[in-house]
Amino acid sequence: MLRFILRRLLQMVPTVIAVSLLIFIIFSVVPGSIASSMIADGRGANDPELIERLNREFGLDRPVHVRFGDYIWNLAQFDLGTSFRTRQPVTELIGERIWPTLKLAIAAMCVAIAIGLPLGFFAAMRPGSLLDSITMVGAVSGLSVPQFWLGLLAMYLFALTLGWLPSFGYGEGGLRNLVLPALTLGVGPMALLARTTRAAVLEVMSTDFIRTARSKGMSSFRLVKWHVTRNALVLIITTLGLQFGSMMGQAVVVEKLFSWPGLGSLLIDSVGLRDIPVVQGSILVLVLCFLVINTVVDVLYAVIDPRISHG
Amino acid sequence: MSGTRALLEVQDLQIDIVSAKHRHNVVENVSFTIDHGETFGLVGESGCGKSITALAMIGLLRSPLVISSGSIRFRDRELRGLPERELRKLRGNRIAMIFQEPMTALNPVSPVGRQIAEMFVLHQGATWHEAERKAVEALASVQVPAPEQRVKSYPHEMSGGMRQRIMIAIALACKPDLLIADEPTTALDVTVQAEILKLMKELCSARGTAVLMISHDLGVIAKMCRNVGIMYAGHLVEQRPVEAIFRSPSHPYTNGLLNSLPRLGSRGIHGRKRLQEITGVVPSISAFPAGCRFQPRCERASALCATTQPDQADLGDEGYVRCFHHG
Ligand SMILES: Nc1ncnc2c1ncn2[C@@H]1O[C@H](COP(=O)(O)OP(=O)(O)O)[C@@H](O)[C@H]1O
Ligand SMILES: [Mg+2]
Repeated sequence: MLRFILRRLLQMVPTVIAVSLLIFIIFSVVPGSIASSMIADGRGANDPELIERLNREFGLDRPVHVRFGDYIWNLAQFDLGTSFRTRQPVTELIGERIWPTLKLAIAAMCVAIAIGLPLGFFAAMRPGSLLDSITMVGAVSGLSVPQFWLGLLAMYLFALTLGWLPSFGYGEGGLRNLVLPALTLGVGPMALLARTTRAAVLEVMSTDFIRTARSKGMSSFRLVKWHVTRNALVLIITTLGLQFGSMMGQAVVVEKLFSWPGLGSLLIDSVGLRDIPVVQGSILVLVLCFLVINTVVDVLYAVIDPRISHG
Repeated sequence: MSGTRALLEVQDLQIDIVSAKHRHNVVENVSFTIDHGETFGLVGESGCGKSITALAMIGLLRSPLVISSGSIRFRDRELRGLPERELRKLRGNRIAMIFQEPMTALNPVSPVGRQIAEMFVLHQGATWHEAERKAVEALASVQVPAPEQRVKSYPHEMSGGMRQRIMIAIALACKPDLLIADEPTTALDVTVQAEILKLMKELCSARGTAVLMISHDLGVIAKMCRNVGIMYAGHLVEQRPVEAIFRSPSHPYTNGLLNSLPRLGSRGIHGRKRLQEITGVVPSISAFPAGCRFQPRCERASALCATTQPDQADLGDEGYVRCFHHG
C-alpha cells in the first residue's frame, strides 16, 4: 500500500511540471504588465521612462527564455518569486492565504457530505416517494443556482435581515464567519452528491449480489449495511474527489463575495494588478491541491475496493 | 418434520407483470410437488419463466412481477401472503438459492469467508468470530483447497467454478430443506460443470436436501433428477419421471428439446440424426398466442390448438402432458 501511495505521488511530478510550463506560457503572452496596470488605476504617470524602469526592476525586459529558465530554476527550489506589489516572497503570501481557503473548502465539503449523502441515500431507498421527488428537485435547483446569487441571498437573509451572522470577512477566524461562505460554496457539491449517491445506491441495489443477499434472508437494514454502502461508496468517491477539487476553483468567487482572505481573493486581486509571480504561484498551488486530492481519492479507492491492484 | 406430506407443493401458480396500463401473464397454471430429499427438474428454453417461478418460491419477486393466484405450501405452510419477517426466517435458512452467474452473484468488495459467515450470523445467532470459523468448515465441505486462506480471498481472485462452490457453501450453510439451483452450471466450462453437479448431488443427498434444479439443458437434468417439469412460455407442458421423458417424450416441445441434445450414445454413433433445433423462438410475454402457447412453433398444430388451451392429460406413469396431439 505504501508503495502504491509513493508511486501515485511520483506520478504527480510530470503533471506539475507541465502545469507550471503552461502557466508560464499563458502569463508571458497576456497583454498588460504591472506597469500598465498601475497606470490604468492612476497610481503611476504614463511616463515611458518609469515604465522602462519598472520593467527592468522586475526583470521583465529580459527575453522570454531567460525568464523561463529563472522561473523553473527557482521553482525547483520551492521559490515562487517575489510579489511585484508587496515585494514579499510569494510563498509567504500564499502561506498566509492557504489555510483560510482550505478551511472554507473543507467546511463546505462537510456540509455537502453531511446533507447530500444521506439525502441521496434515503431517496434511493424509496424511489418515487415524496422525499425522493423533493430531494431531486432540490438537487437540480442547487446545481443551477449561480453561486454569487446564492451568496448574496444568504447574506441578505441571515446577515442583514435576521442579523444572526456576520455578512462578510474573516473575523477572528471563528465559526460564525465561516458559516455563510461554507454554505454558499457547499450547495453545489451537496446537490451533485445527493444525485450521485442516489444513482449509485440504485445501481448497487439492482445488482445480482444484492439479489443473492436478499435470498440469504437479511433485513433491508443489514442489506444496506453489509452490502450496499461499501459498493456505493466506490462509485461516490470519484464524485467526491472531483467536487473537492473543483471547489478549490469555485472558492475564488465565494471568497471574493464574502471578502474571505483566501487564495481566491489573492488570485483575483493579483490578476487585476498583473502581479504575475503571485498569480502564477496561486494557480500552481490550487492545481497542486487538486492533484493531491486526486491522489487521496485514488488511495481511498484502493482501500475500499479490493479489485484495484496495489502491485 | 412431517413425513407424509410433500416438502413443497405448488398449486396453480400464476405470475403476472402488472403495470399501470397492462397486465401480462408470465407464468400460469404451474403445479408441482417436491418431496423431502427429492430432486425435481424444471426445464425450458431461456425466457420460459423458470427463474421467475424460482424467485416466487422464496418471495423474492419484485414489482412489476406479482403472484396473482395459486398457492405455494412449504412444509405445510402457505408462503403466499406470509409477512416479510417470516419469509426472511425461511430464506437462506430453510430454502436457499444458487444463481446462474457466479461472476456477479457475490459481493465484489467483501471477502468470501465473510459472505458465508453472514449465514450463521443471520440464522443461527452466531457471533462473527464463531461464524468465521464455521465459514472455514463450510468452505472445506465444498472441497475448496486451503480453506483457512481462501476465506480471506475476494471473488475476483477466484475462477467461475470456485465462486460457484462458494455459492453452494453459502446456500448449504444452514442445512436448508430445499435448495433452488437456477442454472447453476450454465455459465461454466463443461468439465467444471460436471464437477459442480457432482458436488451438489453428493452434498444434497448426504444432507437430505431437496433440490429444485433449473436448467435449459435436459442433459444436466437427466443426471440429477427423478421428476421433471418441462416449461414452455410460462406453462408446464409435460411433467413426468425423467426416464419416461427420455424413453417416450410426449409433448412436441419435449421432443424438440430432446432432439436438440447432443448425445454420446449408440444412436449418435450411427449418425442417426443431426442435432435439431426447434424452429422459432419463445414469444415475448406481451405476445403469447391464444390457445396452446407452443402452437406457432409446433409441427403437429391444428386449428383447435390455435383457439383452445389443452387440458392436462394423464399418462399413467405418474405424469401428464398438455397437448391435444401428444405422442
Ligand atoms: N422484471 C421483469 N420485468 C418484465 N419482464 C420480466 C422481468 N423479469 C423477467 N421478465 C420476463 O419474463 C419472462 C421469463 O423470464 P425468466 O423467468 O427469467 O426466464 P428463464 O429463467 O426461463 O430464462 C421473460 O420473457 C422475461 O423477459
Ligand atoms: Mg433464468
